[in-house]
Amino acid sequence: MSVVRKILEKHSQPKRETLIPILQEIQEELGYLSREAICEVGEKLNLSASKIYGVATFYNQFRFEKAGLYEIQVCRGTACHVKGSASVLEALKQELQIEPGGTTRDGLFNLEVVACIGACSLAPVIAVNGEFHAGVSPDSIKEILNTYRERVVENDQGK
Amino acid sequence: MVTIEVNGRQIEALKSHTLLEALRRDGIDIPTLCHIEGLAPSGACRMCVVEVEGANGLVPSCAYPVQEGMKVKTHSPRVMEARKTIIELLLANHPDDCLYCARNDNCELQSLAALFGVRERVYKGDRNVHQIDSSSPSIVRDPNKCVLCGRCVRVCEEIQGVSAIDFINRGSKATVGTAFDQGLNVSSCIKCGQCILACPTGALHEQSYVGDIIDALKDPEKMVVVQHAPAISVTLAEEFGLKAGTDVCSLMTGVLRMLGFERVFDTSFSADLTIMEEGSELVHRLKNKGVLPMMTSCSPGWIKYVEQFYPEFIPNLSTCKSPQQMLGAVTKSFFAEREKIDPKKIYSVAIMPCTAKKFEAQRPEMGNSGISDIDAVLTTRELAELIRYFGIDMQKAQPSAADTPFGMRSSAGKLFGVSGGVMEAAIRSAYFLVTGNELQEIEVKQVRGLDSVKETKVDIDGIELGVAVVSGLNNAKKLLEQIKAGRDDLHFIEVMTCPGGCIAGGGQPLNADKKAIQARMKAIYKIDSNDAIRTSHGNEAVKRLYAEYLGEPLGEKSHQLLHTYYAKRDVIK
Repeated sequence: MSVVRKILEKHSQPKRETLIPILQEIQEELGYLSREAICEVGEKLNLSASKIYGVATFYNQFRFEKAGLYEIQVCRGTACHVKGSASVLEALKQELQIEPGGTTRDGLFNLEVVACIGACSLAPVIAVNGEFHAGVSPDSIKEILNTYRERVVENDQGK
Repeated sequence: MVTIEVNGRQIEALKSHTLLEALRRDGIDIPTLCHIEGLAPSGACRMCVVEVEGANGLVPSCAYPVQEGMKVKTHSPRVMEARKTIIELLLANHPDDCLYCARNDNCELQSLAALFGVRERVYKGDRNVHQIDSSSPSIVRDPNKCVLCGRCVRVCEEIQGVSAIDFINRGSKATVGTAFDQGLNVSSCIKCGQCILACPTGALHEQSYVGDIIDALKDPEKMVVVQHAPAISVTLAEEFGLKAGTDVCSLMTGVLRMLGFERVFDTSFSADLTIMEEGSELVHRLKNKGVLPMMTSCSPGWIKYVEQFYPEFIPNLSTCKSPQQMLGAVTKSFFAEREKIDPKKIYSVAIMPCTAKKFEAQRPEMGNSGISDIDAVLTTRELAELIRYFGIDMQKAQPSAADTPFGMRSSAGKLFGVSGGVMEAAIRSAYFLVTGNELQEIEVKQVRGLDSVKETKVDIDGIELGVAVVSGLNNAKKLLEQIKAGRDDLHFIEVMTCPGGCIAGGGQPLNADKKAIQARMKAIYKIDSNDAIRTSHGNEAVKRLYAEYLGEPLGEKSHQLLHTYYAKRDVIK
């Protein structure tokens, strides 16, 4: 049985009110909300896919693409903003060719914007799978990304 | 009744009314952007705010009940300031390109900006930039011009039961879009265009084929023929400032000739043809224990709806093509042969009250040996555009009659323009087909009027038929659910996608209120009551077409040209 079916069956009488908990559980299991999952939930709850997509895009917590191997969090808090995080984000978008919330085609990275990561003294800061990189700039981004790309290659060779 | 004080004057109001309804009933003009008559208030746009004594801040009159003795100011400086600010804020995120906009001169936002004397861009900043979605053959969405009033979303959900669009994202990033923000063409949109009628700005408009037609008219190699749907002649006048319900059929025919169309045909002719086929199909199904209830197939939005949401009812749909497609098919076969012209050289245009007809014309099965029945479809609004483009004064045109062989119609065919009309025409002819006699009481009053659901019983030679007429697909949905649950007293169902039928179709003149729709309806019934030939089977041109070409209803030639098939449609829904 599919993950989504299992979750839907757990809710004995799924109603509109249970939509968000259901979506949260699906994301927990799949890591994201797939199209198929959204359509399946819609069929069960008698809601259109556009309505569910509308609700889900209202909240930052939901994502619609599989997460990458590495999640890049870009801090857009006040201190980082003052120190130029807007151009860091721009450079990441350029380099990765994705928008926030998206995943690169090679599945390596996904890009997220966070309001404040709580490391203002390191501004502007990004975190990659929880590893913090302090005082980044549009120029240093490429280098940082490359270290992760190399890591993947090393891991593959190690196998 | 309660009495309320408005701008220092006492007015009477119904207890059940909202403040907005009470004010408008009294003739006070209150601007709104999100309000839709007949649907629950959403209170999204705040344009209708008024001052109510004792209330906390300004209140949205659309969502505020009337109370005995309340004191209201509708145009105080505070109110006007607030309304103007709302417009200025909306304009802050609006492209200033009225000159290039499909709704220039016919835009609620533009009118309100003028009303409040907005003469400068007060709030400057980055605007959201969105891609225009022109993936659909019927409807273009331009989210850049959207003011997020939500009228399209509510019409799509509450009137049509489709919900192809909704609000997506949040805050300054919010837009109206489809599931997964994809093109309308892969969504569950049924192309009815009711969203266009609801839209206050140019964020939604029809996919225009005016340019294609201007090109075709210039092409000496092409014979450009045109047909006009039953509901066009009673609505086109509104585009030129005439009263709703003015019938301009012969003037319009004259104008179409002036535009350069070589033949002007009347879709009401093929509506008669549809009745011959569909009436025979009904009788055949009744006699041979076919799938019942049979459901009409003239409304292409409805067809797409069934294919997507209720494929189990596909066998119930009449296999008849719509009148538009039937006329297209006989034009490129019978007419082409008669005129000894290569059907590939005929460019067949249909003027329709409908945006879904553009989609229908492009369905791959709507043709014969690789030649499509119809080449381009224009809405009533686009026809008006074309007439203005060529500088023609409608009222000075030479009245003219439609051409043979597809110009003669009965008034039964004309009835197709209103909800209940197909049913009435079908009953008139089914009675004749079964009994060989004419129906005594030719007007079937029970299926007339703008009610969204009409049901009655019809006695044909001792057989009692249960018939239902619905318009607005949310109503059709309820009926389908009843049938699924076991309801079995119905034999024939007419479904029109748009509430009220084609007179209120998505391609019709904008800003029509209920009164205008009623006037359009009355105009059609007046044509019927004054007509000499009131049954489809009494149409001599239809008889001749059968005698000379088609043979008989449901015959081999009919099947090849006038009937079609449907298939389950997988879309994101």
